[in-house]
Amino acid sequence: MKFSDFVATDTIRSHVKADTKEGVIREMAQSLVDAGRISAADYEGIVKAIMKREDLGSTGIGRGVAVPHTKHPSVNRLVGTVAVSQKGIDFQSLDGDPVQLFFLLVSPPDRPGDHLRALENISRQLRDDSFCRLLKAAKEPIDIQTLLEEADSHGVVS
Amino acid sequence: MATDRGESVHDIAAGLREETVSREVVVVNAQGLHARPADLLAREARKWRSRIELVNDSQRADGKSILEVLTLAAEAGTRLVVEATGPDAREALEAIGSLFERRFNEHDDEHES
Repeated sequence: MKFSDFVATDTIRSHVKADTKEGVIREMAQSLVDAGRISAADYEGIVKAIMKREDLGSTGIGRGVAVPHTKHPSVNRLVGTVAVSQKGIDFQSLDGDPVQLFFLLVSPPDRPGDHLRALENISRQLRDDSFCRLLKAAKEPIDIQTLLEEADSHGVVS
Repeated sequence: MATDRGESVHDIAAGLREETVSREVVVVNAQGLHARPADLLAREARKWRSRIELVNDSQRADGKSILEVLTLAAEAGTRLVVEATGPDAREALEAIGSLFERRFNEHDDEHES
């Protein structure tokens, strides 16, 4: 699975304003509402479900990356967005480091395989240090989009 | 012959202590090896001195790295081979195998993924 299969390009944020875990999750979910990827009526339910999942264990998987996510019946395909925090946010991540790169995923409950393949793609690409560094240094959403497209076409995607 | 030099004998002896043991495991969680089980697996693997690798048909992943474990994208029903190499390989393999058997303490759709 490629980034372009699940990242809605008009929802990418290069400078999140939030400085808390819940704040960044809300900001990212709001970007999905603004782009019409999830409905405003589902916003609160999706945020709460993502926070509930975080309570089971942080999705801050290390290297300054987090993948907050949930299943939600309102989506019929995997919907995701990407955001960068310039200063980093305390996410109770597994290695304790602040998180700068966020990949938020909302997937249909009956498609666990798609969710796994999105996680696979994200984790595979993020093993590349320069990819991580360039994403964190992005000045505009278009820079992030370009990097994702580059990873899609040249990266080790299976 | 390598044995004409003393240090080579020691090298060979050291090599013999690096025992590799392996076993097959099956991902039985309905949601597959997603972020939470991958985290539990990597945490358990890091408790051991041995190198722990997960192998599927096409790739090997370092069991101590959640990022690497996630690149396996192992869905429910996937068979993997766990390999442990090192001084505590057998105990490590037992512990990792038990995690798979216990479904990573998940009971299908009880939890969000």
